[in-house]
Amino acid sequence: MKITKINNRNLSFAEKIYLSEIVKGMIVTARHFFANLFHPSRIITVQYPEKKIPLSEAARFRTRHRLKKRKNGDAKCVACYMCQTACPADCIDIEAGEKEESIAEKYPVKFEIDLSRCVMCGFCVEACPEDAIAMDTLIIPGGAESRQELKLSLESLLLDSAETSERGAVNRRISAMSMQNAERKLKNAK
Amino acid sequence: MCEIITKEFLLEIAIIFVKIGILFGAVMALAGILTWAERKMSALMQDRVGPNRASIFGFSLWGLFHPAADGIKMVAKEDFVPDKADKVLFTLAPMLALVPVFVILAFIPFGDYLQIGNLKIQLQISDLPLSLFLFLAISSLAIYGAFLGGWSAKNNFGLLGAVRAAAQMISYEVVLGLTLVGIILVYGSGSIQEIVKKQGEMLFGFLPSWGIVYQFPAFILFLVAAVAENKRTPFDIVEGESEIIGYFVEYSSMRFAMFMFSEFAEIVVVSMIASALFLGGWQVPFLNETGFAFPGGILITINHNIVALIQTTAFAGKTVFMAWLLLLIRWTLPRFRFDQLMKLCWKGLLPLSLANIVLTSAILQWLGSGK
Ligand code: SF4
Ligand code: SF4
Repeated sequence: MKITKINNRNLSFAEKIYLSEIVKGMIVTARHFFANLFHPSRIITVQYPEKKIPLSEAARFRTRHRLKKRKNGDAKCVACYMCQTACPADCIDIEAGEKEESIAEKYPVKFEIDLSRCVMCGFCVEACPEDAIAMDTLIIPGGAESRQELKLSLESLLLDSAETSERGAVNRRISAMSMQNAERKLKNAK
Repeated sequence: MCEIITKEFLLEIAIIFVKIGILFGAVMALAGILTWAERKMSALMQDRVGPNRASIFGFSLWGLFHPAADGIKMVAKEDFVPDKADKVLFTLAPMLALVPVFVILAFIPFGDYLQIGNLKIQLQISDLPLSLFLFLAISSLAIYGAFLGGWSAKNNFGLLGAVRAAAQMISYEVVLGLTLVGIILVYGSGSIQEIVKKQGEMLFGFLPSWGIVYQFPAFILFLVAAVAENKRTPFDIVEGESEIIGYFVEYSSMRFAMFMFSEFAEIVVVSMIASALFLGGWQVPFLNETGFAFPGGILITINHNIVALIQTTAFAGKTVFMAWLLLLIRWTLPRFRFDQLMKLCWKGLLPLSLANIVLTSAILQWLGSGK
């Protein structure tokens, strides 16, 4: 292994006895202290979860789940339990119901996601054969005072879903892109 | 009835107890507030908000309830004593850390005197002719708290921490003592009250003859040694809160709180001593026993008790300023390595403080006022 020897700059006498440097440092911190004391608006901390910084539309984060809807307003989900099976955190709880006069005869009576356990891995989105679940609401979950508050019910999951949106396929697109990249790299390597 | 227990005697005892109560309460309150101030101040220095969540009925008062919340939490925690620990010493150690700090309070003059009728109340719990030496002697007892805490827990990491603590505190004790010799030489007294009184004089008619003016190098050395005694950053290799394991590894609950609190009480006491010795104590420039006397011959006469009140307030203000300075130091400087720490003490501060003594004596001799 090659050893690199770094020659540190020689310190001047004033630096060696620390004193002037210490005073300089304390002036810097004291200045920050007084500036923030008299102008609290300088502080950039955001009081999460009361206040949140909105994510940009283009953000490709996995965010809170939603269930997509069909044209008639029903959930697209067919209660196939694929997502529940795929979920590594075991936080999806589905109960299936039957419907006579519908496109799909199975539908979820109960669909609950326990966000306190969710690891935001996106496996549920990947697993879904109906493209019915998405993680593109741009809401970052967190900050609740009870566990119950972190359980998403079927209603709240369906709440902000209009039609199947372009954004709905975010997860897929990312993984498709990374697959392509990987393939390209493999080719280049050869 | 016994003849010794006269009315005057009882009154004197009562006054002493009142003084103890007031000073003790003030120091406890200030130390409690410091635990909050430390967090809030470090936050402000780093562009953060700091603690602001603990609230009563929705009022959080900038997080002022956090010390109380901490207290409740500490009391509620399990009081754990390791199986192999020496139970007696383990219990005694936190007290040994806390008690010396409070004993030192007895020698700190927080004002001149009050005159009520023909009763003269000294604003100091006990004025001893050599209180400065007693201060040094008692403050060095604090080592026992730290060392026994690490030793009695029978935890190897705790023991190593205790050894570091003892080495550091004993080393810096020497410097602390030697820096004060300069002060004793200049003011010719070993009593803190006497020293404060001498600082009321004016140099060239406008410069207050405070310790910081006569003994500036000693002030810096004292500050460094005091921070090291206090075991706080940049000299916190002893405990190293964040990564190194310190002497109080095995402590939990109120026992740990006592160690923690002794640290903050020590900040207050060090600030008091520093402002008494170097910042003129309760002296306010141009204020003497009967009122203000400005250089142009302007006199403003004030009742002596009001003067005493102003002086005590000034002392409190100076103490708070020193405590602020100590917090600023703690949150600005990075930590010394242990070898650097020892080198700084034995090769840097010790020779410097000796040189300070020699220089001071020489100058005093030259001025012909060697006392
Ligand atoms: S994101 Fe992952 S952990 Fe969360 S619900 Fe979906 S599969 Fe489960
Ligand atoms: S995988 Fe899709 S269709 Fe199946 S239960 Fe989950 S959300 Fe519904």
